[in-house]
Amino acid sequence: MVEHTMLMTAARSTAPELRPLLSVRNLRKYFPVRSDRLMGPRLLVQAVDDVSFTITAGETLGIVGESGCGKSTTARLLMHLIAPDAGEVWLGGKRLGGSGGFTLRELRRNMQMVFQDSYASLNPRLSVRDSIAFGPRAHGVPAEKARAKARELLGLVGLDPGQFSRRYPHELSGGQRQRVNLARALALDPKLEILDEAVSALDKSIEAQVLNLLMDLKRELGLTYLFISHDLNVVQYVSDHVLVMYLGKVVELGTVDDIYHRPRHPYTRALLASRPSMDPEARIDRSPLTGDPPNPINPPSGCRFRTRCAFAEAVCEKVEPALTVCSAASGHAVACHMHIDRSGHSRHG
Amino acid sequence: MKTVETEKITLAFGAAGGQPTAVEIPVGAVIQRTYWHNVWRRVSRDPFTVACALVLTVVAAAALFAPWLGLPEPTLTNSANRLLPVGSPGHLLGTDELGRDMFSRLIYGGRLSLMMGILPVLVALLVGGTLGLIAGFVGGRVNMLIMRITDVFYAFPSILLAVAIAGSLGAGIGNALLAITIVFIPPLTRVTESVTTQVRAMDFVEAARASGAGTFTIIRIHVLGNVLGPIFVYATVLISVSIVISAGLSFIGLGASPPDAEWGLMLNTLREAIFLAPLNSVLPGFMIFIASMCFNLISDGLRSAMDVRL
Ligand SMILES: Nc1ncnc2c1ncn2[C@@H]1O[C@H](COP(=O)(O)OP(=O)(O)OP(=O)(O)O)[C@@H](O)[C@H]1O
Ligand code: SF4
Ligand SMILES: [Mg+2]
Repeated sequence: MVEHTMLMTAARSTAPELRPLLSVRNLRKYFPVRSDRLMGPRLLVQAVDDVSFTITAGETLGIVGESGCGKSTTARLLMHLIAPDAGEVWLGGKRLGGSGGFTLRELRRNMQMVFQDSYASLNPRLSVRDSIAFGPRAHGVPAEKARAKARELLGLVGLDPGQFSRRYPHELSGGQRQRVNLARALALDPKLEILDEAVSALDKSIEAQVLNLLMDLKRELGLTYLFISHDLNVVQYVSDHVLVMYLGKVVELGTVDDIYHRPRHPYTRALLASRPSMDPEARIDRSPLTGDPPNPINPPSGCRFRTRCAFAEAVCEKVEPALTVCSAASGHAVACHMHIDRSGHSRHG
Repeated sequence: MKTVETEKITLAFGAAGGQPTAVEIPVGAVIQRTYWHNVWRRVSRDPFTVACALVLTVVAAAALFAPWLGLPEPTLTNSANRLLPVGSPGHLLGTDELGRDMFSRLIYGGRLSLMMGILPVLVALLVGGTLGLIAGFVGGRVNMLIMRITDVFYAFPSILLAVAIAGSLGAGIGNALLAITIVFIPPLTRVTESVTTQVRAMDFVEAARASGAGTFTIIRIHVLGNVLGPIFVYATVLISVSIVISAGLSFIGLGASPPDAEWGLMLNTLREAIFLAPLNSVLPGFMIFIASMCFNLISDGLRSAMDVRL
């Protein structure tokens, strides 16, 4: 009987799953900030503006974009660590609140996050074991069981429990700390794992190890990843789909193949062109990205990228380009007037 | 690289002893130490802090057990033996203006003086710490309300405020204690609030929230442990201030009253004898100085042992 159900779940998990696990619609967050002037108007940082995407169970969605474009804010909105101003987050066909919806606790059990800063996200006063066991403990698992779970997870992320379970964060290397963070994020058996720059702070060689660990874990535990990074190479390596953000907006969304081999948006192209390449042949003199992104407090009207875009025209200033599907087969979508029919832009493609 | 990461440690194990099983224990003893163990170890290796703690322990123990030390009655006057110099037979530290034994009075004086130094800080710590924790963790309007009220008290220097409050409440030890407590609540609230706000913004608190834990659990496990250290350090400094303020209140007649033995009060009553018996009259001041300085230095020691930045 038991074997039978196990077989069935095994069969189910190997079958191609296409249902969306996470679906985000029109997510928006504007942070109020104090103006420089006393009694000045309240200003808003448009950190995340009208972001929508879905993640299919079992896949990895990569989010790329320059620093400050709203990647971490998106992650924190998904976890409901900050309240969205607008938008909906659906996980496995359910949303937060209401009848038949998730409670916050349930949501956070199903969706976990590895934070950007491996050191700051571990309590310096708690041993590795206690940090990992904290989540299960908070969900009512008895202390002994939670600790056993912590040891088991340490083994899973490649750290010897006998050696590491009673250490403190400052007694670990960066790679070891991020493994501990990963173990903690797995402690509640989540379905979706948000990895916010999970490997960015690591040495290249350690980074590769942790990436491989992530890929192994994903396969073994049947996880789904939202992988945030500003490193295009890493995103290409791990992702199935990629979402490109610019100043709080989604500018391009597509399969890894689409984004890396058939990029449409001038920003995506510039990002790809400006990444360091080992191959001198591949070093192109195409205009790489120059200057800093504009202030998210007063983003440019129309297309937010127009201040840095070589193809900006009058229409780009007046009309905001909507995210438009340009390849129905792969679902490749881009927000640029050059790729919208009858947009008024002189170029096309 | 993974092997390098762990190998270093394995090498250290290897150096510590041959067999893996034999190694585990010494390594555990070296590495697996809690934060508070470390603090304790560092404090106990700091000669200044240890010396100060010893001095205070001796003074406090003597004060506590004064009735059993076979000292002369501290309020026993003897008009024939007024202002005997330090070193007189039978009166090691001489006598005061009413012929009372100075040594006995200094020891007994520690009871009131230390109590008035410590008690207000403890009570203020409880009240101010709670307020600060709430203000810091809840934030928003609650924070605004609590912090704006404490700001009002900041308009005055603490000694002046204590004098004003004690003066309006009337003389007496109880009122002096109350006045000092009131004076210390705002700074303790503020320090707790600022440390809590800092800790609350840290990623690990957010990570704890992300695990679905309740607010109370998060405060208990993640916030308290990280705010207690700095607050403790600050409270120790306040004890040294409190000793000075309470002595000051007694000196100007707002605290202890004759014939009680209390250092501030003794300083006052001996003030007129400063030219006749200078050594006798500065002794209470010396005690105030020693006690206050010891608390201050202990606070410094704790601060560096805990690596606290206030
Ligand atoms: N709590 C906040 N209050 C005000 N502004 C905020 C807050 N959090 C983020 N921001 C702003 O929102 C924008 C997006 O920030 P976010 O942290 O999401 O960027 P990011 O893409 O994760 O960048 P990075 O790659 O540097 O991590 C930034 O301009 C940032 O300054
Ligand atoms: S919409 Fe205009 S400004 Fe924006 S990316 Fe396209 S061409 Fe450039
Ligand atoms: Mg970020």
